[in-house]
Amino acid sequence: MDIVQFFFHNLDHIGFLTLQHLSIVVVAVGLAILTGVPIGIAITQSRAVADKVLYVASMIMTIPSIALFGIMIPILSTVGEGIGYLPAVIAVLLYSQLPIIRNTYTAITNVDPALREAAVGMGMTAWQRLRRVEIPIAVPVIMAGVRTAVVLNIGVTAIAAYIGAGGLGELISRGISQTDPRQLVTGAVAVSVLAIIADYALLWLQKRLTPRGLHVREGT
Amino acid sequence: MIRLEQLTKVFQTDHGSVTAVDHVSLEVPEGDICVLLGPSGCGKTTTMKMVNRLIAPTSGKIYINDKDTDEYDPVELRRNIGYAIQQIGLFPNMTVEENITIVPDLLGWDKKRCRERARELLNMVAMEPDQFLRRYPSELSGGQQQRIGVVRALAADAPVMLMDEPFGAIDPINREVIQDEFLRMQEQLRKTIMFVSHDIDEAVKMGNGIAIFRGGSLEQYAAPDELLAYPVNDFIADFVGGDRTLKRLRLAHIEDAMSIETRTVGLDDSLDKARDLLESTGVEAVVVLDGQRHPRGYVDRRVAIQGEGTAGENLLPLAFTVKRRDDLRTAVSQMFAHDTRWVAVLDDHGRYAGFVTQASITELLGTGSRRPATA
Repeated sequence: MDIVQFFFHNLDHIGFLTLQHLSIVVVAVGLAILTGVPIGIAITQSRAVADKVLYVASMIMTIPSIALFGIMIPILSTVGEGIGYLPAVIAVLLYSQLPIIRNTYTAITNVDPALREAAVGMGMTAWQRLRRVEIPIAVPVIMAGVRTAVVLNIGVTAIAAYIGAGGLGELISRGISQTDPRQLVTGAVAVSVLAIIADYALLWLQKRLTPRGLHVREGT
Repeated sequence: MIRLEQLTKVFQTDHGSVTAVDHVSLEVPEGDICVLLGPSGCGKTTTMKMVNRLIAPTSGKIYINDKDTDEYDPVELRRNIGYAIQQIGLFPNMTVEENITIVPDLLGWDKKRCRERARELLNMVAMEPDQFLRRYPSELSGGQQQRIGVVRALAADAPVMLMDEPFGAIDPINREVIQDEFLRMQEQLRKTIMFVSHDIDEAVKMGNGIAIFRGGSLEQYAAPDELLAYPVNDFIADFVGGDRTLKRLRLAHIEDAMSIETRTVGLDDSLDKARDLLESTGVEAVVVLDGQRHPRGYVDRRVAIQGEGTAGENLLPLAFTVKRRDDLRTAVSQMFAHDTRWVAVLDDHGRYAGFVTQASITELLGTGSRRPATA
């Protein structure tokens, strides 16, 4: 009962933290799409380069987020941004690279070779082929990568509260330090619910962005 | 016109260099279909793909309408050559209309002209434009997809087309239908077409000329009937099949083997007249015609000698007849089925035109059984 009461008494504050949380994830994943998709497309040109890039991206994923924040403090302190919003965004940006690059790369390399041959044989340039055929067909898989990145990083962002980036993690960290289960549980549940809602919202967006001709095939 | 001169392609592989196409020279005349035929790995597809430079030749030249294709930018060249492939390759994210008008769009046609062209092409293959323009490839049957693949290659009205087993991804019954449909279109369009196939029956049906490849070399390039009648070596004879003479029956029309016989009898003529005719011509039977020259039956020797009265009173029914423009296969098949040695031939209006005998067919095919002096 305490928890429910706490939740309704602090609705404004929780709303503010949720927006703060989302702004980190949305900005970072947005930037990650702008970098990851072109990288994913570029590495389709060379298997060897692709293997290296995907390896590096996987390595980044294995770094615990708390360690990553730690590493960034001295580096970003040189520009006076050692803690707070900027390192949180950078961490999320880095963690988003793997799912987005990998899904883009896989989607483009899996486009039916017959389509590529038809496109080249009819006189499309490499750019036209990419824009008219390969990217539209790859969109659902790329979007699945974005979804993974968003859900994953809603969790990572919760930890960014420890470097003063704000967000719903603040409730969790305070709940722990003040041994206050109300804050702790409210924060944890809010992060989970946010992740679930974001996942469904992106699933909806993914379906909207998928070319209609590809839907039909799935349906039949 | 497509002309290949000493065209050669050598691929570098881990196991050394492989000559996929070896000094191939051939010419496809304006408005003809040239079928490149051979077992897999014979170089036919590589040869074709060098024409639109999907594969760069190692040496040799390709001319389209006497212009060296090296002078074109490859993208420009490909937009001016229709291209249809076995896997069809319709883009699943585009509607039928968008698929058909890809090349016109790349060439910068305006929207309205593109749409009109798409409608025109769909009508050509008997697909209702209002029903199909907005559909996606996944909503079409295999046969419909194949048709769209072919008309897409025709969209920009390029004079030259390359077709890589374009009817390969479809069941045999539908394939026949689409082949016939395409041949009817080609009668009007008169495109110059290079057509890759591995099926001798398809080649005989579609080709004005057939080029048979083996191990990268062009073994023989000839009209279908010549190829079937005079294979230049055992490989070709083997490849075209032991039944190559029967295949020729499909290429020949009944009128090629027909004896034009004007000596007939009318319904009211006496049997004596029929008997005189049989004796003077030495034929087996004489056809009895009515006033409009429609055959009503026939009179053979036995009837002519034993019977009494007019031909009309004694005539025997004709079990079947054939038309001048039918292929010989039809006639032979009917003759075997009805156990007859001759058959009456009708013109387009159902009037008697002459007859075909088993002997005349054998004679026609026999002209191909000896090899020409040049071979």
